[in-house]
Amino acid sequence: MSYGTWNMTELAPGVALGMVGLAMLLAFVRLVRGPTLPDRVVALDLMGVLAVGMIAAYAVATDQPGLLDPAAVLALVGFLGTVAFARYLERRGRDE
Amino acid sequence: MSERISAVLLVAGASFMLLAGLGVHRLPDLFMRLQAATKASTLGVGCLLLGVAVHFQELGVTTRAVLVVAFLFLTAPVGAHLIARAAYAVGVPLWKGTITDELRHRRRAPEQATADGQEGAPIVPPTEKSDAP
Repeated sequence: MSYGTWNMTELAPGVALGMVGLAMLLAFVRLVRGPTLPDRVVALDLMGVLAVGMIAAYAVATDQPGLLDPAAVLALVGFLGTVAFARYLERRGRDE
Repeated sequence: MSERISAVLLVAGASFMLLAGLGVHRLPDLFMRLQAATKASTLGVGCLLLGVAVHFQELGVTTRAVLVVAFLFLTAPVGAHLIARAAYAVGVPLWKGTITDELRHRRRAPEQATADGQEGAPIVPPTEKSDAP
């Protein structure tokens, strides 16, 4: 790439990190406020996916490809947590 | 050239994720929030990891990125469906502007118990207080 004319390519990972961080903040507000427990589960699920995206953007920003392994693990654990919460909700609803 | 493609993919993916966060923050109803969170964030993470793969251009990194994307594309809809099912069964209130609720006879919300078995009964507006605009 040519220097001096347009260094959007160098800014891009930082911009992406900022945007995902803002999304994380909004999801966190929903996690705190959410009127019911399923609302909080949705916000937590979204935060897991956002963390995967944040790790990806950070891997590009710091040129560390090894950071993708934690992203894969986080995606897996996030799904398991969501499934566990959903089952717990359903069982609690039936029992009460 | 590939740097530019990677940059565009990164910013596009982050935009979709910001959209997902905005939807979760602003939409009035759990089910709308759920669809915003699931669809937009899945597409966003797909774009971001594609941008990572284009940036590094190594076989190992591409394999991991494709693995994560494939896993998320498989599991995100399943998780969203499970949450929606559980929330509906528990009786989370719908938005007051909702026009159809085809499963309302199977809903176990106490305030709708009188409408059981009556075809065409009006939808009882949610009584639980919500911070929806």
